[in-house]
Amino acid sequence: MATETTQPLTGIPGSDGRPSTQGGSTPHEIARVRVPTRSLRSELRAIKVVWKRELIRFSRDRLRILTSLMQPFLFLFVLGTGLSRLASAGTHGVNLRTFVYPGVLCMAVMFTAMFSAASLVWDREFGFLREMMVAPVRRSSLVLGKCAGGATVAGFQGVIVLCLAGLVGVPYNATLIVEVFALQLLLAFAITAFGVMVAARITQMQSFMALMQMAIMPMYFLSGALFPVSGLPQWLEILNRLDPLTYAVDPMRRAVFAHLNISAAARHALDPGVTWWSWHVPGLVEAAVVALLGLLMLTIAIVEFGRAE
Amino acid sequence: MSETATTAASTASETTAPSAAVSVNGLVKRYDQVEAVRGIDFQVTAGEIFGFLGPNGAGKSTTINMLCTLVRPSGGSAQVAGHDVVSERDEVRRNIGLVFQDTTLDGYLSAEQNLRLHAELYGVPRELVGERMRQVMEMVGLWERRDSWVNTFSGGMKRRLEIARGLLHSPRVLFLDEPTVGLDPQTRSSIWRYIRELKAREDITIFLTTHYMDEAEYCDRIAIMDQGRIIVLDTPEALKAKVGKDRVQIQTDDDHAAIAALRERFQIEATVAEGAVTFGVPAGEQFVPRLFAELGQPIRSVSVARPSLDDVFMSYTGTTIRDAESTSTDRMRNVARMMSR
Repeated sequence: MATETTQPLTGIPGSDGRPSTQGGSTPHEIARVRVPTRSLRSELRAIKVVWKRELIRFSRDRLRILTSLMQPFLFLFVLGTGLSRLASAGTHGVNLRTFVYPGVLCMAVMFTAMFSAASLVWDREFGFLREMMVAPVRRSSLVLGKCAGGATVAGFQGVIVLCLAGLVGVPYNATLIVEVFALQLLLAFAITAFGVMVAARITQMQSFMALMQMAIMPMYFLSGALFPVSGLPQWLEILNRLDPLTYAVDPMRRAVFAHLNISAAARHALDPGVTWWSWHVPGLVEAAVVALLGLLMLTIAIVEFGRAE
Repeated sequence: MSETATTAASTASETTAPSAAVSVNGLVKRYDQVEAVRGIDFQVTAGEIFGFLGPNGAGKSTTINMLCTLVRPSGGSAQVAGHDVVSERDEVRRNIGLVFQDTTLDGYLSAEQNLRLHAELYGVPRELVGERMRQVMEMVGLWERRDSWVNTFSGGMKRRLEIARGLLHSPRVLFLDEPTVGLDPQTRSSIWRYIRELKAREDITIFLTTHYMDEAEYCDRIAIMDQGRIIVLDTPEALKAKVGKDRVQIQTDDDHAAIAALRERFQIEATVAEGAVTFGVPAGEQFVPRLFAELGQPIRSVSVARPSLDDVFMSYTGTTIRDAESTSTDRMRNVARMMSR
């Protein structure tokens, strides 16, 4: 018995002719599996596996889909409609719902991406993370798969809000949809990377959620998702320019406003664009800021997970 | 069985036999000031069921985690399936299957989805996945439940599914960390049936930890571990033989007279335990006829028991495994108390 097992895995097991006691197949029929050595292909497959699991789990969790949709609806239709009666003088005739729409597009993506990253903490608590960590693949592949999964799921959520455009007076335009969707994916990726980076260190769900709320809420309120970014008091302007989310909201608003038929005065008041020392920051630069930050956090997340025992 | 007993005697040899599934030399793990594993050496022959026995906190899980490449050793070296656990981490991972103490299944996926995910992570060739999956699931009797969510499974079913998953990629060594902890006796025995059947059917070495004495009996060889060291390593039979004495219990009309007679005629010190006169002798069955002939006291009943691994553990550590466990918990509690101050 003992010497037999030193043969390569292709050897036929159970060749001692011992009869099988259970199951339909005899020992001779046992399929042997030879696990191939690590390659780029196996890493890509690992990314795909983690990504796919994220999608399966999201599709199972109807409640999560529903709750993450509720917030955009509240902001858009309750807050937007309620406040529009106060604000109509300042918006030059533009409906407040239309104004907050780009901010809500961002929000839909943010919270879903955050929950995706949070599932990593669950995975740790329920043990599944261990199953992934001992697999013969790089930790970076697992992190990449997780971020890709979070971005996809959040992108799906973004599409739903994108579909509401007609209800708030934003036209369905192909360029606009592509632009907004690309920005949403970028933001979703960055937020997931941020969440995964935090999840590498924080091992308890309660602390993780508290920390994310503490980071996400101020980021959202400072970003200008709910107000124009020009003519602010200086302290708020500084905080606004330091907030990374500003650079996701602003190009989103520019994209939406470019397709609105509104007066120049309204455009100037509502879509002033972000300035750095009176330099008007182009949309592409803003997107690059988000992408760079996302990559930076992704790198930190990979290093942190690689180190974890 | 007898051949494993002879290989057990030669474990002290430093050379790594080509057939060793696991080979450990001077392995150490230190956590800050605590030495969880204090330099252990042993080899596991390919094809055997090797058990690590000891109380909680003895260092069993730390050792298994080092062998599975989850924890980096602080010193010494270890090879699993011929690969070094530090320098050839991925090679080791590809060749081992793992079943942990706590479940590592995704409860929101079906049993089949869990296994498919594992197959993809380990790169099992697609055309083999279906066939292999059916085999391992049939073996643990879960094939009919493959479409159910894992969250709906009982603890025993989850453990069985984990064993099936651990086998999916045909590992050469299967590690089972406390495979039956927290399960009811019936489920425990069915898990053991699968493990023994597995050994008969697959070309595999099984390495497990347990703190149940009765389960250690199923192993070909066991290493008894206490406080980070291996105290003794041998077959269960040999270990029990080393204790040397069977336990004899007799029921008499007059226990005091019987104890006095035992001392006088056989030079045996007996005590009253569990309501019977109890003493240990080598080769108990052969002693019983002499006992009846020479004791000179009426005996109402007699029972002879082979030494259990409990006796073995006690003879090597001077304490029962249960007592060892409670003191190690006390130690941990004291540490926690000191830290919280």
